[in-house]
Amino acid sequence: MTPKIEIDQFSYRYGDEIALNTISLQVQPNTILAIFGPARGGKTTLLRSMNRLTEIGEPGTHSGRILLDGQDIFAPGTDIATLRRRVGMVFALPVALPMTIFDNVAYGPRMRGVRSRSQLQDLVQSALQSAALWDEVQDRLDTPAQALSGGQQQRISIARVLALEPEVILLDEPTAALDPISTAKIEEALMELKQQYTIVIAPHNVQQAGRIADDAAFFLMGECIEAGPASQIFTMPRDRRTEDYITGRFG
Amino acid sequence: MKRQHSQLVAFAGLWFAASLTIVILAIIIMYILAQGLPYVNLEFLTGRPLEQGREGGIFPTILGTLALGAVSLVLAVPLGVGAAVFLTEYTRPSPLTTIMRFGTDSLAGVPSIIFGLFGFIFFVTRLHMSWSLLAGGLTLALMVLPTIIRTTEEAIRAVPVAYREVSYGLGASRWQMVRTVVLPNALPGIITGIILSFGRAVGETAAVIFTAGTALNIPTSILSPTRTMAVHFYILAVEGISLQKAYATGAVLIISILAINVLANALITRSVSRAVRR
Repeated sequence: MTPKIEIDQFSYRYGDEIALNTISLQVQPNTILAIFGPARGGKTTLLRSMNRLTEIGEPGTHSGRILLDGQDIFAPGTDIATLRRRVGMVFALPVALPMTIFDNVAYGPRMRGVRSRSQLQDLVQSALQSAALWDEVQDRLDTPAQALSGGQQQRISIARVLALEPEVILLDEPTAALDPISTAKIEEALMELKQQYTIVIAPHNVQQAGRIADDAAFFLMGECIEAGPASQIFTMPRDRRTEDYITGRFG
Repeated sequence: MKRQHSQLVAFAGLWFAASLTIVILAIIIMYILAQGLPYVNLEFLTGRPLEQGREGGIFPTILGTLALGAVSLVLAVPLGVGAAVFLTEYTRPSPLTTIMRFGTDSLAGVPSIIFGLFGFIFFVTRLHMSWSLLAGGLTLALMVLPTIIRTTEEAIRAVPVAYREVSYGLGASRWQMVRTVVLPNALPGIITGIILSFGRAVGETAAVIFTAGTALNIPTSILSPTRTMAVHFYILAVEGISLQKAYATGAVLIISILAINVLANALITRSVSRAVRR
C-alpha cells in the first residue's frame, strides 16, 4: 500500500535548538498513527510541520521532505490554505471561536467560499454527527460555542476540522484538558473516523496510544527512537528506552 | 517603621492620590457647569450668534464641532486601523517596524500648535484648501492618528493567539483571519481609541484656528470654514466678548463630550456582550 504521508529525513530547528532530527516515518491510509513520548520530544513540532502551521509566529527552519500522496508539501507553489484543508489540525486546548456553534463548524467551508446555506447546514450536521456531538447540540446551534463544556468544545474543534472534508486529521493531545468521560467519547469518535480519514495523534498518554493506535512511533529529544505496529511497540519494544518509557520507568 | 505603619501610610497616600484626581475633575466640571448652565437654553442651542457671539446662540459651532470631528475620524480611522493591522499582523519585528513605531510615538508627542502651523502652511496655503472643514479635518486626523494606531495595536495584541491558529488551521488566508477573528475581537478596544480621538479633536483649539478658521456661518460644504465650540469658547473669553456665553459654550461642550463617552461606552459594552454571546 502506498503511504498517505511519508516523512523523509525531516529535521526542524529553532535557531540552534534541534527540535526534530532526521525523522523518517510513513503513515498508511485509514490508520491511526500515535506519536508518543515525553514532553519536548518534537511531537508537536512534527504535527505542526505536517500542515505547515509551524510557519505562524516565530518560525524555525526545516530540511528534508514531507510527502502527502507523493507530493512534497514544501514544494514551491504549494497552496498553504489548500494543504491545511486537506490536513486538518485539532489542538491540545479546546478553543471555540467566539461565535455560535454553527458558525464555528461552518468556519472552514466559509473560508473556502461556500455560501449556500443548505450546503453549509449539511456540512455542519454531518461534521457534528461524526464528532459525536450532534445529539447534544442540534437544538441550540445558534448559541455561543464558548458556553459549551471543555469536552464539547474539543468535539467542536474536531467537527470544525471534519467540515473541511479533509484527508488527514492531526490531533495534538486532544484530550489533555478533558475528563475521562469526554476522553472516551473522543476516542470512540476517532475509531469511527479512521474508516474515512488518516489520523496522526500525539496521545495524552501511553495507555491512550495503546487503546487507539494502529501504528506507533516513540519520540525522545527530537529523535524517532522506534516505530512500528502498535501491537509490537507496546508489547515487545526493541529499544530499551522505549521499554523504559512504556513501563513507566521514566517520563 | 513597623510593617503595619508603612502599610497604612502607603494606603493613605494612594487613596489620597486617587481621590484627588476625582475631586479635581469634579471641581472643574462643576465650576464650568455652574458658571455656564444658567445661560444655556433652547434659544442658545438652536440660535445663531449675533454681534460676534455677545448675543444669540451657538448652533453653527455645534454643527461645526460635529462636522470637524466626523471629517477627522473618517480620515484617521481607516488609516490608523489599517496601519495597526499591518504593524501587528503583516510584519515581524524588524528595523522597519521599529522606525514606524518610533515615528508614531514621536507624532504623538508633537504639540498641537505645530500641527496647526503645518496644516496652515501645507493644507490651507500650499494645497489651496483655505480655511475649511477639509483642511482642519486633515490636520486633526494627523494629530489623532497615533492614538488610534496605538490603541488598535493594543486591542489586536489582546486577541488570543489560539484564535489565530484555529483560523489559519482551517485554511483561512491572512486577510480572512484578520477579518473574521482579529477585527471582531479587537473592536471594543478600537472603539475606545476612536472615542479618545474624538474627544481630542473636538477639544482642540490651536490646530483648529489655523486650519478650519473661525467663521461663524453654518458650514455648507467640506470646503466651508467653520468654528468649533472649543474655538468659540476661546475667542469669547480671550477677546472679552462675553464671559457668560463663553462658560455656556464650555458647559455645552463638556456635556456633549460626556454624552458621547457614555453613548460609546454603552455601545462597547453591548458589542462585547454580543461578541461573547455569539
